Amino acid sequence: MEAQDPAPQPAGTDTGRGLGRRRFLGYVVAAPTLLVAAQVEQTALASTPAAAAVPSLPEPADLLDLTTLLTTAALPTSGLISIQLNADGTATFALPRAEVGQGITTSTAMLIAEELDIPLAQVRITLADARPELLFNQLTGASNTTVSTYTPVRIAAAIARQRLLAAAAARFGVPVSTLTTAAGVVSAPNGQHADYGSLAAAAASQSTIQVAVALKQRADFKVIGTAQQRIDALDIVTGRKQFAMDLAIPGALPTMVCRPPTVNGTPRSVQNLAAVQAMPGVTDVVTIATGVAVRAKTFGQCIDAVRALQVTWGPGTEDGSSDETVLQELKAAELPFAVPPVNLLAHTIDTTFTFAFASNTALEPNCAIADVRPGRAEVWGSLKSPIVAQAAIAAKLGLLPSAVTVHVTQGGGSFGRKLFFDAALEAAEISQLMGKPVKLMWHRTDEFRQGRTHPMSISRVRAVHALGQVLSFEQRHTSVATDFSHGLGEVLTALVAKLPVGDTAFSETIFGLSQQTPYNFGLTTQLLSEVDKGFNTGSMRGIYSPNVRCAQELMVDQLAAALGADPYQFRRQSLKDTRAVAVLDQVAQLGSWGRTMAPGTAQGIALHPEYHSVAAVLVEIDCTAQTTGRQIPDAYTGPRVTKVVCAVDAGLAVNPLGLQAQMMGGIMDGIALALSSGLHLSNGVFQEGSWDNYFYTRQWNTPPELQIVVMPPSGDTPGGAGELAVGAAMAAVACAYARATGTMPTSFPINHAAPLAFDPLPTSPPIPQSPVDGLTRAY
Amino acid sequence: MPQHTFILNGAPVTVDVEDDVRLLWVLRDVLGVTGPKYGCGLGVCQACTSHINGKAFNPCSVPVSAVQPTDQVTTIEGLPATVGKDLHPMQEAWLEYDVAQCGYCQPGQIMAAVAKVQQARAAGRELGDADFDEIRNICRCGTYVRIREAIAAGAKNF
Repeated sequence: MEAQDPAPQPAGTDTGRGLGRRRFLGYVVAAPTLLVAAQVEQTALASTPAAAAVPSLPEPADLLDLTTLLTTAALPTSGLISIQLNADGTATFALPRAEVGQGITTSTAMLIAEELDIPLAQVRITLADARPELLFNQLTGASNTTVSTYTPVRIAAAIARQRLLAAAAARFGVPVSTLTTAAGVVSAPNGQHADYGSLAAAAASQSTIQVAVALKQRADFKVIGTAQQRIDALDIVTGRKQFAMDLAIPGALPTMVCRPPTVNGTPRSVQNLAAVQAMPGVTDVVTIATGVAVRAKTFGQCIDAVRALQVTWGPGTEDGSSDETVLQELKAAELPFAVPPVNLLAHTIDTTFTFAFASNTALEPNCAIADVRPGRAEVWGSLKSPIVAQAAIAAKLGLLPSAVTVHVTQGGGSFGRKLFFDAALEAAEISQLMGKPVKLMWHRTDEFRQGRTHPMSISRVRAVHALGQVLSFEQRHTSVATDFSHGLGEVLTALVAKLPVGDTAFSETIFGLSQQTPYNFGLTTQLLSEVDKGFNTGSMRGIYSPNVRCAQELMVDQLAAALGADPYQFRRQSLKDTRAVAVLDQVAQLGSWGRTMAPGTAQGIALHPEYHSVAAVLVEIDCTAQTTGRQIPDAYTGPRVTKVVCAVDAGLAVNPLGLQAQMMGGIMDGIALALSSGLHLSNGVFQEGSWDNYFYTRQWNTPPELQIVVMPPSGDTPGGAGELAVGAAMAAVACAYARATGTMPTSFPINHAAPLAFDPLPTSPPIPQSPVDGLTRAY
Repeated sequence: MPQHTFILNGAPVTVDVEDDVRLLWVLRDVLGVTGPKYGCGLGVCQACTSHINGKAFNPCSVPVSAVQPTDQVTTIEGLPATVGKDLHPMQEAWLEYDVAQCGYCQPGQIMAAVAKVQQARAAGRELGDADFDEIRNICRCGTYVRIREAIAAGAKNF
């Protein structure tokens, strides 16, 4: 993305949008109502800005001069994203991204409301089906949605407003320059006015034409940068918001899969097929690549059938693997440092940090609906890489991609999981084999045991200092391989990522592009080494950052101690970027850094820059026995983070309220990763099988005090935010824990080495039965 | 096929389904009431939290045969009907604090919140930090702090 708004220019006559300003190209698409479009992530600049200026003439010259007419036949319209203005005054837009809670439907509606001068409530955002013609531009990941769509969506909305103005000028018989727009109405000085809906047809075009338009200046924003509540909030609190499993697709009955007892085991034979097929409610049982699928009248009867199945399983990809064996693999694969450990004049600090496997499961489990018929297929699911999903499903079914319709549904969380379309692929396979529509859902226990994990890794950091200066700071991150087979969302990239060499290059590229050392520490190097492709892995709200940055920040505290410096001041003096200094100062001040703390409690401070944004986090932690010894049934209590202060600079925050929500979620993830959330691998099986085994942050771990400050805009464009807070929060919690206990933690989560705090569920049958005592626990 | 009758969101319903099918699946798969969500089927995540005779419970952990014809089952869809308005004060507080992120756990969170306030009231006290710490509902988006704020605010209005 390039910067959008140039230096301020004198206002012109183009209804306040500056004649001399930079103009962007978009399209009015041939349609019976006003349909405007822009090329996503490829912001075309108009070549002749001045010539596109609107003279103050009555129609029809206005209409003609409004548009920089180019050829209509050869326009690359297939890659466009379009906004439609409807007769009822609403604007509709199908966003080619996945909404999974991060608030992009709301922020996108805000962009349209801003440039179109329309109330937010009149903007309708849906999620686009898989559109292979969009190529790279339908991947939801790397906190990139707002960054990449910020300008194209505004261009389309601005063109719509321009067309509506022209249509109104024609209707009123007055120059465009005399008209104003507000709240979905065009008004003339003589009192004439027309709402957008009444102009939608007149503003439409019979042929597709390219036009130029200027965008609002930041100083004129009325919507962007204001706190707006989620546009789907009412649907959510009334239970009306529909996720994939809530859709009523005719004939799509509940379906589940009986899965193997070890990671990626394979089904060999079923001993009691007829008996299971005869169970109450069961309609079909088929063997698929990943297990044995059952379809029934209710999910409860699917659970019964899955538990009843007697299956002979072949080996998995990690039978016999445990945390200890994987750790050995990682240590053996560590790359050497550039700077040797011994130097007569300098001091060396060299520490290795270990990070356990973690689960990126969302609360909405893997699920998808598939209706596969001869020659065609239709699939519904929350998919962050729908184009790759469409191609993979087509290949699996033996269909052309164009015969596979992929609908992107609202998602119940993702955290990286929905980059993968495991459930959609399974659902399609099952539907084809059964010849019936299926509503496939994973059981929670399968989510933890057979679902995607954030890979186990070790991060070794070596720093050399002399005479009060850090001379070198090197990091060697060694990780179980991260699966990037979703590529960049586009089919060809995904295929490259599947090649043995290509995959490694892809990982190294992502690591190099995303990881950084934000301090002036002399020679800094960071390298990634990967091992073992037998696990189902993926990103988890950040790819490498939380672990990489946690290791770095703990070392920064060690360096500060070695140099006799205050951790906050040491960071402040060493930071490269003034924006980072500003957020650090903010949390230090608001959080009263350095205040006297009681024994067993302490503060920690850290920051994390990523995707043109930066966040700082100050925490206070309570590690006293009274707190760590709290008794809550079936829970891990442990140390409690009692206070968090966060400051975030995301460039231009489109929706500060939504940005705060993203920071809050990231902070809860950081607390979990530092203290409690990890998977234990033993003999090819992840031991966790329930939310009462996998200790993600719960209310009893939630900090009673939380303050999140959104810094004033530091630029004209938004940066990424979805993953930003995790690394800073995890690192700050780890640093605080080290200070409170006097022992720097080197293995995460910190409770990982302790005896299991739960009894693991059996692996056969693979999923547990639902309890029957719910009424006795009513409150 | 056994028949089961109960009162759902104020109106009697009768379903033909086997005795041991948990109420969550009767609501979702048989009756098409999708506000209560599946998050584990183990009575752990609490995403399906609804009310039975005014008390919070997990329909994933109750066989349909355990529900009596006179039992009042209320899901998120039926919550406002209990006060005769479009929205319950707790739902209004949820909107005011913009609590939801993905929204998947939120129907269960709201139903738990209403019951938790009523439980504290029945014990003759207002809600405190210790009560919040008893709420087991998982929010994987991590919006716990806004949940606490909204519960405190919503409790003042009913």
